[in-house]
Amino acid sequence: MKIIVCIKQVPNTTEIKIDPVTNTLKRDGVPSIINPDDKSAIEAALSLKEKCGATVTVLTMGPMQAEKALREALAMGADEAFLLTDRAFAGSDTLATSTIIAAAIKKLGADLVFCGRQAIDGDTAQVGPQIAEHLDIPQITYAAAIDYDCERDVLRVKRQFEDRYQVLEVKGKCLVTVLSSMTKPRYMNVWDIVEQDEKEISFITFADLELNREDIGLNGSPTKVKSTATKQFDKTIETVELDPESAAQTIVDALKARHLI
Amino acid sequence: MNNKNIWVFCEQRDGVIQDVALELLGVASELAKTTNEKVCALLLGSKIKKQAKELIAYGADQVLVVDHKNLETFVTEPYAQAVTQLAKQYEPSIILFGATSIGRDLAPRLSARLKTGLTADCTKLEADENGNLFMTRPAFGGNLFATIICPDHRPQMSTVRPGVMKKMERDGKRKGEIIECEINFDQSKFAVSVIEEVKACSNVAKIEDAKILVSCGRGIKDITPAFEVAGKLKGTVSASRALVDAGVTAHDRQVGQTGKTVRPDAYLAFGISGAIQHLAGMEESEFIVAVNTDKNAPIFKIANLGIVSDAAAVLKQLNKIIENKPC
Repeated sequence: MKIIVCIKQVPNTTEIKIDPVTNTLKRDGVPSIINPDDKSAIEAALSLKEKCGATVTVLTMGPMQAEKALREALAMGADEAFLLTDRAFAGSDTLATSTIIAAAIKKLGADLVFCGRQAIDGDTAQVGPQIAEHLDIPQITYAAAIDYDCERDVLRVKRQFEDRYQVLEVKGKCLVTVLSSMTKPRYMNVWDIVEQDEKEISFITFADLELNREDIGLNGSPTKVKSTATKQFDKTIETVELDPESAAQTIVDALKARHLI
Repeated sequence: MNNKNIWVFCEQRDGVIQDVALELLGVASELAKTTNEKVCALLLGSKIKKQAKELIAYGADQVLVVDHKNLETFVTEPYAQAVTQLAKQYEPSIILFGATSIGRDLAPRLSARLKTGLTADCTKLEADENGNLFMTRPAFGGNLFATIICPDHRPQMSTVRPGVMKKMERDGKRKGEIIECEINFDQSKFAVSVIEEVKACSNVAKIEDAKILVSCGRGIKDITPAFEVAGKLKGTVSASRALVDAGVTAHDRQVGQTGKTVRPDAYLAFGISGAIQHLAGMEESEFIVAVNTDKNAPIFKIANLGIVSDAAAVLKQLNKIIENKPC
């Protein structure tokens, strides 16, 4: 069995600051990490490998620095790693990104594709299902638990909703998007850290894939960013300093005035 | 591009129309005034027909109903096939989905199938008279807002965060057209089967449904008075991340970027300083009261009534006087 795990290197958003003058993100000095949901997807693939036997391939798209995320995945125990990198890929929205990643998965071949549910820098949760559609395979999103029946070749997934969960089964190829709460990703281990040094990271560029230029990059992206803005507030504001008794009375009066009590 | 009309995917669970569907009908009605188009509700499910009238009462001019046992509970492929066939037949200009675990599964699948753009988790939608949609969404933890367009592809698709848009007043006299649609399902693509479905039992009143929220932050050590006040006001208690992280209350009650988005009639914030992630989850509330000892707390920038005072003491006093004078 061959499992491809799609991962993304993201800035650690808890440390992101906005430049108030230019309205852009200050990325300098912000550490990069493997997106948390994606790290959980790596762990899910490695557990499945231990249970049933499989090769685990990690795949990412990004600039050359994304190699660091792949190295970390190798050190966790992944067997091979591919970096999709090309100037032609730059500026891709989710649809164009999914087109590129799906083309790479087709080339590499996979029985199962695992992704994180969403990336913390974009929070869209779109690329996984879009890849599944391009590959014409079923999808199961929001996976809270995964089990594989090695005998029957059936994947069983606990699919989380806001108010319920489903237990779903699928036989054959499938793409699963995984919640970070599903697994506790293993640490890199010493042997794998040593071994990953000897593993090659392979690069995939536009020339390696069957892609049309009009389907990728800025030109292949149906959505465009029209403008960005930082937060604006426009409420009528009244702030007063009061002792607790008067404060409570003021609140009650204000609620009464609005017919809320 | 001859695509026309604004579609709302009306999410239902166990045959119950979800609030987010009504909110989307509300914003779609606003957009339709500018674009001069019809609002069309998509109602997919099993034994669901009779709910169509309700969608008209909340702003739909037309309801497309697909009543089929394949759609009884949500599974991606049957739902994707149904919406795809209808979209190809009727060619809508816009399709809106709730940014729920259903909408965020279905909409991206459809965007790839229909080869069009999709914008996730929007908090503001505007349109121009040519029918172009301007979709605004928070990015990077709510620090930045991006307005996205989809100029050359139709339909324009967006998932919209629940609790942000306003429902219309229900009007039982509104007129609209109900069309029952047949779908040619390709069952050979139904690879995923539902073995069981288990509803979560939670005794927590949903904070996103409450009309009044008594919300507590780091400044409140004991939240018992908050529950008493909330009970008297027929509301419930919500909290900032600080309190949830401290284990004082459950994640179900957390407001903000990593919690829930709420827009109650009144949001009473006690001891909440107002980190931008928190404000993102409640700033659309109708009436915001903030009580905090720090007069520079950011929450005062958005509060309609800001009171610099000891939040815990005010909460206790509030509990006393509402009890003394039951209003």
